[in-house]
Amino acid sequence: MLRFLIAVIRRDILLAARRRGDWLTAQFFFVMVTSLFPLGIGPEPAMLRTIGPGVVWVAALLACLLSLGRLYADDHRDGSLEQLLLAPYSNALLALGKAIAHWIINGIPLLLIAPVLGIQFGLPADALVVLVLSLAIGTPVLSLLGGIGAALTLGLRGGGVLITLLILPLYVPVLIFGAGAVDGTLSGTGAEAHLSLLGAVLVMALLVAPWISALALRVSVE
Amino acid sequence: MSLYHYASPATFYPLAGRLVPWFAALAVVFAAVGLYLSFFVAPTDFQQGEGYRIIFIHVPAAWMSMFIYIVMAFWSAIGLAWNTRLSFVMARALAPTGAMFTFLALWTGALWGKPMWGAWWVWDARLTSELILLFLYVGYMALQAAIDDPRRADRAGALLNLVGVINVPIIYFSVKWWNTLHQGASVSLTRAPSMAQVMLWGMLVMALAAWMYTIAVALARARTLILERERQTEWARAVLKEQA
Amino acid sequence: MNAFPVLSAEGLACERSEHTLFHGLGFELDGGEALLVRGGNGRGKTSLLRILCGLSQPAAGAVHWRGEPLARVHEQYGREMAYVGHVNGIKDDLTPLENLRLAADLGGRTLDEDAAVAALEQLGLGRCLDLPARVLSFGQRRRVALAGLVTAGALLWILDEPLTGLDVHGVALVEGLIRDHVLAGGMVIMTTHQPLSLDGLTPKSVSVGE
Repeated sequence: MLRFLIAVIRRDILLAARRRGDWLTAQFFFVMVTSLFPLGIGPEPAMLRTIGPGVVWVAALLACLLSLGRLYADDHRDGSLEQLLLAPYSNALLALGKAIAHWIINGIPLLLIAPVLGIQFGLPADALVVLVLSLAIGTPVLSLLGGIGAALTLGLRGGGVLITLLILPLYVPVLIFGAGAVDGTLSGTGAEAHLSLLGAVLVMALLVAPWISALALRVSVE
Repeated sequence: MSLYHYASPATFYPLAGRLVPWFAALAVVFAAVGLYLSFFVAPTDFQQGEGYRIIFIHVPAAWMSMFIYIVMAFWSAIGLAWNTRLSFVMARALAPTGAMFTFLALWTGALWGKPMWGAWWVWDARLTSELILLFLYVGYMALQAAIDDPRRADRAGALLNLVGVINVPIIYFSVKWWNTLHQGASVSLTRAPSMAQVMLWGMLVMALAAWMYTIAVALARARTLILERERQTEWARAVLKEQA
Repeated sequence: MNAFPVLSAEGLACERSEHTLFHGLGFELDGGEALLVRGGNGRGKTSLLRILCGLSQPAAGAVHWRGEPLARVHEQYGREMAYVGHVNGIKDDLTPLENLRLAADLGGRTLDEDAAVAALEQLGLGRCLDLPARVLSFGQRRRVALAGLVTAGALLWILDEPLTGLDVHGVALVEGLIRDHVLAGGMVIMTTHQPLSLDGLTPKSVSVGE
């Protein structure tokens, strides 16, 4: 079982490594969207510090959605998704592996870029640490829930926009707890409560999302 | 046997056809009584004046918006578990009505908010959750609309519906938490002045009217969906010929 | 030894957008037998194969593998069945050998690299071993997918139009592969629009949507 999980993750990382252009798009999107906010709002440091956590988190959601469109689409087009579904392991394991691979490929780079963007918004050091921590707990949830959306919209006209419509409302709690944790640090009320709630959401997503994604994949390839 | 009998489209179609007028009539009666209670019997509120009367629409609409989503999830779960096509049709038929009530709740909420809070929109926890509920309805309907194959549309919609219903309490809790942190004790609906008995009755009767309306509309919509899907079958052809 | 056939299907029905493609379809297949699915375009051949793979659910009827319904033996069936659909399931960014290695990894097998190279060479891909599949022709990519059958070591092959896009030489190669597999006790279910010559081997046949 673990062997299959690792095989799926390694496969996706190998394929992403062969297609670095696609992979960089989402990361640059993240940087550019965040950098547009000061231009639209104005450079007052106090204002930027207030909106910083929210802006970074919203941009992370959007960047994640951008890359989710391709999570199953390429495999669906060339027929390898069918082969993956027929592999002698549970389809939920496949969905879990795909979500973990998506997080490693697209989530971890966000964690690495986020502190730099946080500095642009004048966040102090302790808030930067919490920002990275909240993204570290929150972005796996984005990949897991997003996998459901990617599976449901597989092969549909305008699937890319549709997935946004389906998944963004489900991201609301992650956004609230994630950005809230950083806000809590800034305002001195502490981040622990937010981070533990975010952790609870992650546990729930881990338990439920792979099964639903697997069912959705079966429905979509039928 | 009997349950399966009623779950067959050929039986359901005429049965639903006979039920729709009754539910529609009940909806009209309840709405008339409810509106009479709320506009003529219920007293003028000493703090909010006459403007408060919009809650007779707003509160039942908000109740319905949540109930309908849960009822849809119920039908979706049954459909996925037992593979009954009629349950998917019911879930699908309910969605536009649910979205309509959600929109109505938001709209009347805004109308009520203007005199009460001095703004059309405040980021109150209930209003915000209601807005996200509207997004969930829109997502469900958009997904159904994007899929051509009815079998896939049914199942995909049902899965999304179930994920949504698991999420609704989490979303509500998170929004509430966010709201208390950011706004402190804001004006809230629960702090509305103690409600007179007759106001409660007015709301309940209006909610009943909304239920009857929902059932009537959902059954009528389900009939159309069934006819569209079964148009290849003999009984559906017979019905269509009769109507033409 | 076994009372039931290895693969059996009974009363299969398939619907597409409320339109019945076929119904009441059944057959039995044992080791050392091949089954040819016949039927015109759009009659449900591919749909039947996908039902037999377990990718779709039939509207009625059931498929049994060694006496158990498919849904109950997903993992065992995944090891014993290999499917090549009308899209190849080949990753364009990987070389043919990498593709076979990937398939083996996902199937929980260890790939015998020498055997894999031999299979690719047997299918005439000896000169393309180091090229990404992207630059290969349609027929060559088809051959990579079919080489995967040889290395998968599955008992049952389900092939959707395996001869499409192959040249005369390729068709003969694939016919040879299929015959060898069946003579060695394997099972093949396939569709094709081309004449199939299996040298002394007569496949069973089943027709859909007549």
